[in-house]
Amino acid sequence: MWGRLKALIVKELLALWRDPKGRAILIVPPIMQLLVFSHAATLEVKNVDIAVLNRDSGRWGHELVQRFEGSSTFNRVVQIQAIPEIQPLIDDQEVLAVLQIGPEFSRRIEAGLPADIQVILDGRRSNAAQIVQGYIAQIVQRLDAELAEQAGRPVPSSTVVSRNWFNPNLEYVWFTVPSLIGMIALLIGIMVTALTVARERELGTFEQLLVSPLRPFEILIGKTVPPLLIGLFHATIYVAAAVFAFGVPLVGSLLLLYPSLILYLAAVIGIGLFISSLAQTQQQAVLGAFIFASPAILLSGFASPVENMPEWLQAVTIVNPLRHFQVIVIGVFLKGMPAREVLANTLPLLGIAAATLTVAAWLFRKRME
Amino acid sequence: MSGDTLIRFNRVTKRFGEGPPALDAISADVTAGRITGLVGPDGAGKTTFIRLVTGLMVPDEGGVSVLGHDTATDAASIFPGIGYMPQRFGLYEDLSVQENLNLYAELRGLPAGERPAVFDRLLRFTDLQRFTGRLAGRLSGGMKQKLGLACALMRTPPLLLLDEPSVGVDPISRRELWAMVKELTGGGMGVVWSTAYLDEAQRCDSVLLLNQGRLLFDGDPRSLMKRAEGRVFQVRGLDWKRRAVLARMLAQPDVIDGVIQGRHVRVVYKERVDGAENPPVLPPLPEEVGTQAHLAPVPPRFEDAFMDILGGGPGGRSALAERIAPVEQSAGGEPVIEARGLTKRFGDFTAARDITFSIPRGEIFGLLGPNGAGKSTTFKMLCGLLAPTEGAGRVAGFDLRRAAAQARQRLGYMAQKFSLYGDLSARQNLDFFSGVYGLGRRRRREQVELMIRTFDFGRLSDTAAKDLPLGFKQRLALACAIMHEPEALFLDEPTSGVDPITRREFWTHINGLVEKGVTVLVTTHFMDEAEYCDRIALIYRGRTIATGSPDELKERVQRPDLPDPTLEDAFIALVEESDLSEQEVA
Repeated sequence: MWGRLKALIVKELLALWRDPKGRAILIVPPIMQLLVFSHAATLEVKNVDIAVLNRDSGRWGHELVQRFEGSSTFNRVVQIQAIPEIQPLIDDQEVLAVLQIGPEFSRRIEAGLPADIQVILDGRRSNAAQIVQGYIAQIVQRLDAELAEQAGRPVPSSTVVSRNWFNPNLEYVWFTVPSLIGMIALLIGIMVTALTVARERELGTFEQLLVSPLRPFEILIGKTVPPLLIGLFHATIYVAAAVFAFGVPLVGSLLLLYPSLILYLAAVIGIGLFISSLAQTQQQAVLGAFIFASPAILLSGFASPVENMPEWLQAVTIVNPLRHFQVIVIGVFLKGMPAREVLANTLPLLGIAAATLTVAAWLFRKRME
Repeated sequence: MSGDTLIRFNRVTKRFGEGPPALDAISADVTAGRITGLVGPDGAGKTTFIRLVTGLMVPDEGGVSVLGHDTATDAASIFPGIGYMPQRFGLYEDLSVQENLNLYAELRGLPAGERPAVFDRLLRFTDLQRFTGRLAGRLSGGMKQKLGLACALMRTPPLLLLDEPSVGVDPISRRELWAMVKELTGGGMGVVWSTAYLDEAQRCDSVLLLNQGRLLFDGDPRSLMKRAEGRVFQVRGLDWKRRAVLARMLAQPDVIDGVIQGRHVRVVYKERVDGAENPPVLPPLPEEVGTQAHLAPVPPRFEDAFMDILGGGPGGRSALAERIAPVEQSAGGEPVIEARGLTKRFGDFTAARDITFSIPRGEIFGLLGPNGAGKSTTFKMLCGLLAPTEGAGRVAGFDLRRAAAQARQRLGYMAQKFSLYGDLSARQNLDFFSGVYGLGRRRRREQVELMIRTFDFGRLSDTAAKDLPLGFKQRLALACAIMHEPEALFLDEPTSGVDPITRREFWTHINGLVEKGVTVLVTTHFMDEAEYCDRIALIYRGRTIATGSPDELKERVQRPDLPDPTLEDAFIALVEESDLSEQEVA
């Protein structure tokens, strides 16, 4: 049996590697992903342009504008003169926010009255807009506090000082790069497996396998191990890249990460084989893989927190292997997640893997009919 | 307008990438009012020829003129004048018959007012009236081709191009299709009919014989056949040992080609240099053959002449059979392949009903039948790809259901179109298949080396399987199927589309293996291939309607007006007979 399995596994790896398209799938997407996600797809807000309409001719309006210009968050602070200028700037996405200082601003401050500032944000970029709003509020608050001090009024007694644990400087690379480990394993694992059976069926070699003495479970193992090895290989490269190229701290233990990685891959491969045994052609298999992969990534907690999703959708994410692995990989990397918690998040993976692989095996047998 | 030149090729060469050209300096004419056969094995350049005619491609060198227009400069004037039925993809399988017709009428710009009359004519012509609502994908192979033909005939073009219309079509539909096309040429249409079947070539009015991009013959097929006249014989009066006799005959220096035809052996002799009139004499044959053996002259076929042009077949020695060990005789002499009441139902459709036969050791057994008749279903049940609904299949004494893995260990399987791993090299394919059949490490190495030497792979052993020449692909597929020395060999249409030399080489190996005690089950559409079988089961509508040797089947349909029926005649007559008796019952 080992001889047969070995022959099958070696064949799978060779077939993938000798096929120029297969080789491209193994090499190009991982590198592209690493570059795109680590450099382009940051969640951080930098290089933002804003506009300021200062209708106040007094000292404080000027002071506030100065402070905005001095802030490193904003790339460019455009001075505008009239209200009609606001609309085109936002519409054409020239600026993310427009700050309007009213004509009474300095006068009200001098008089010790509350003074208002209007902030117009581009809601189409809601995430960035929220963050920028926060920055703006910070600057305004600081001015406010200084004014209070000068005037001898009591400084607002409780200000919120936030401290970000596990990632004190909110380095988004610390979050995105480890997340890529799960994502790339998902994409490669699902593509490689989804194609394998479909390709053999298209070429007619699958029947050749079925008439050989290989038993269905041996074929299943033979089809599971190669993508598992490939997935481990890619994940390892990503772990190394995260630590050595991007300087992400690895607080937890790799001994905790790898066992759950293997189960995670097994779950993904089971889904891939499931898609593959349903697909009649490679085209269908690729479509099936994408239909699964896009929601799996969106609902993993990478793009938006699972807790923010509606209840029913949160329930759906339970069957998404990436959701569980995402918790583990971030946990192990950034906060040294303890073994017990890793295990708690690994158990669902075990369940998913067991279910998908069993169904795939059953479909193999069924599809022989 | 019969006799007008419709197509003229003037020293046309077309290349695809490196390697020899797909068409090499071809000059030929196609005239109106007749069927011109574009004949040759796969890869001979037939499809390239047709595409050049349609103007879908332009030649690298030389010129093609169609209906008086040059394809390179004036393709648009050609399109309205040709009807083209491509090999595949001609139909939209998810549209119904009627929707396909509507679509083609639209594409061909047929005025709406004329449509009902044209559709009516085409549907009657193709006998598809009853199926207008059926999806094209659900039609049988023959009906698909008829629909394809109807779509190509939307505007009664002066020139009709048919790219392998008979592939995947059973002999009955093939005859019908032929009769329809023949009718069209009566009206003056020029037809190009491309085919890999040499028996079809024989019936064409004119033939362009292509092989590896070169034009071997251009003209009346009868004049080609004439060159072999007086040189074709059958060795008759053989009771058995036909395979041994074939091998012996092919070893004669003046025999250039030989095949098995039922209980006879057909041979073609070399052209006599000395011009002697003496008929050839039978060489001494093995004693067991008996004293009845004699040579009887027979009229040549197109294939005999083709083999003669090619310089003869590959000889009768199978290096493979000489090197492998004989299959051990298991005790009791029980049958190697056995079908006991095999039945397969898909929903309420019965694909195979109560199929029973048994194949003793060292026999070639053929499954014949129209498409969708149940021969593939039967075949698949016997090699373990399908579980029977009722009944049982046994291979080498093992029940396919209870001891599937043991049974599969003892069978070799060669699928249609050589299912190999295209990206793997020849050696890696061999390695893999020896591995999955559980050969030990040393034995694996030995067997792989043996196959590489036996089949002369040489430098090609490191070439990716998909880049191998067709003949080598065939060898590799056979090697992969027999490396574990199976007792039973399953062949699914093993030589469709293959050139006659490769086909002969293949059957030489199979014959050699059978002499060593291997048992063979083969499905085929090729009547030539069926002639190699010891016995045949004719399967129709899921049932076995006749079983017997090729000669027994032929004798069953012998009538005064059909004194010497071919196997194809027998096939058609038996199927029609079965239809008739069914109607009587109903």
